[in-house]
Amino acid sequence: MTAYALLLPLLLPVIGVVTMLIGVRSARTQRIGGVLFSGLTFVASLYLAWLVDREGYIVLQSGGWAAPFGISLVADRFAAIMVCVSSFMGVAVAWYAVGEIDEFRLRRFFFPLYLALMFGVNGAFLTGDLFNLYVWFEVMLIASFVLMAMGGRKQELEGALKYVSLNLLASMFFLMGAGLIYGITGTLNMADISAKVAAAPDSTAVLPAAMLLFVAFCVKAAIFPFFFWLPSSYHTPPPAVSAIFAGLLTKVGVYALFRFHTLLFVSLFSHFQTLLIVLSVFTMVTGVFGAASHFQMRRILSFHIISQIGYMTVALAIMTPLALASGIFYLVHHIIVKTNLFLISGVVLRMKGSDDLAHVGGLSKSAPWLALLFFIPAFSLGGIPPLSGFWAKFGVVKAGLDASHWWVVTFALLVGVMTLFSMTKIWAEAFWKKQPELDEEASGALECTEPAEVRRSLRWMLPPITVMALATVVIGLFGNPLFRFTERAAAQLIDAESYRAAVLIPTDPGEGYPEQTVYEKEAE
Amino acid sequence: MEWFLALLVGTLFGCGVYCLLQRSIVRLVIGVLLLSQGANLLVFLSGGLTMGMPPMVAKGEKLPTPPFADPLPQAMVLTAIVIGLGLVAFLLTLVFRAHEAVGSDDINCFDSTEKSHGAAESKS
Repeated sequence: MTAYALLLPLLLPVIGVVTMLIGVRSARTQRIGGVLFSGLTFVASLYLAWLVDREGYIVLQSGGWAAPFGISLVADRFAAIMVCVSSFMGVAVAWYAVGEIDEFRLRRFFFPLYLALMFGVNGAFLTGDLFNLYVWFEVMLIASFVLMAMGGRKQELEGALKYVSLNLLASMFFLMGAGLIYGITGTLNMADISAKVAAAPDSTAVLPAAMLLFVAFCVKAAIFPFFFWLPSSYHTPPPAVSAIFAGLLTKVGVYALFRFHTLLFVSLFSHFQTLLIVLSVFTMVTGVFGAASHFQMRRILSFHIISQIGYMTVALAIMTPLALASGIFYLVHHIIVKTNLFLISGVVLRMKGSDDLAHVGGLSKSAPWLALLFFIPAFSLGGIPPLSGFWAKFGVVKAGLDASHWWVVTFALLVGVMTLFSMTKIWAEAFWKKQPELDEEASGALECTEPAEVRRSLRWMLPPITVMALATVVIGLFGNPLFRFTERAAAQLIDAESYRAAVLIPTDPGEGYPEQTVYEKEAE
Repeated sequence: MEWFLALLVGTLFGCGVYCLLQRSIVRLVIGVLLLSQGANLLVFLSGGLTMGMPPMVAKGEKLPTPPFADPLPQAMVLTAIVIGLGLVAFLLTLVFRAHEAVGSDDINCFDSTEKSHGAAESKS
């Protein structure tokens, strides 16, 4: 029975999508349903994580077809914690969206699409099949396309066009890679591919196909030469939408890269290691310089997503147990902090009518609570102890030093300082300086909301921000259980053999019902 | 036959990339369309072509007699075609709306998301 727990984080959002299509006329139903179903998904994901931590692996062979023939759904600790964190973001941003998203968008299927996005993200984390992963990516992408273009304003349409076209190209690379991999190995099951590639005496045949997949995942993760879609689109949709994108979408790409290197093509890693390190360093550096050159909150933050992705992939490229554990820890920390910063920029936008640093100011006087709420994630992102970002960076740097990647560590630390610089820029401009006098043209461009309306929406927008800021502090101060968990997850990632053994044990189709099996792998 | 389809895949990719590199956003759609057809054909080819041998199981047998065509790439291509259809339909609508909003189909005019509205501008 336990294997069915794997289905809950997938089924609940999809049930949500279907039921909320019925009540689309009423904005109230949409709001209640959105929060309810994302909340249920979060609860289910916590249950799944608890189960996975107990069992090691939970595998569901869909339709009862034994492993390499059917589609396997697999949850190991890494997948489980990703599902957990993304569902946490799901419920937090849904709560925020209740106050932020207008009725126009609510009646145009905002929440069904939002839940479809969560459905796609969770599916991508939980699948054990390469082609199925492609399908989950598409589910996620289609939902995100519509969410991004929904408002129909000029900026949104332009941003969406760039986002859509580059992501479509990436999907094509993914499809070709998956097809060629099938042509070579004769299987699509990730565990089976992993076994076949590891057993093959000569890796050259599979390398071009692997490269196609690598490029596809790099585009999704916004790695250095492929990141251009991100900063030109993430600041255009409503803040709730860009927050959930910022938190989850690129991280699905990073997740796929982790699987790519630790499971699918373990034996090819030597071909990729140097490439991945160089790309990651470039990603960190270009991201942080891009951020330094911008003056609008959400665009600065968009570039910081790119720069932070570099830390995660550098951790992956170092590939020691400590590095992987800190990479996973970094992912968790980054998702929470980055989503929170986007949500805060949304509050600034709502209060001041703009998130351009030239047009806002004086927030430390007019909204001291917001200043505190900004301070926590911003300085966590910069890596100031004792917040969560410090431990994440500390782990990556320590792993880099242990593996004597001196110059990588140097860049990582320098980029950390630059990140702090960007955060202090936002702090000084938006919070410390006086509210600037705006000329006619600038104040005409503001998207002002009536004060009563602002107060009402802030009532919904602030609680999730507070909870996430608290989470950042708690992870920073009492992060040990989480870090232990990520260490156990990293131990599983290093040991690809255990993943294969958990998925590939043949099962009988049974008497018309799917046969599920839970495999006890590790005795800890 | 495989060499011919391989050439066709190459031609489709070539034309697709050529269209993508143009300035017009309508050609962007055509480029994406051609590329996705190329990708579909490539996946179709990846299992190798076995012509006239459907994977049918003869009466009384448990397995089809080899050689038979691999049905899985065809199933994958079907999925990809359906997904591609939806995406291209969406892309067409998006391009239409974006063209209405911007008033041009030259990609150089799509720069309002890149412009900085920052302090440098407002101070000058």
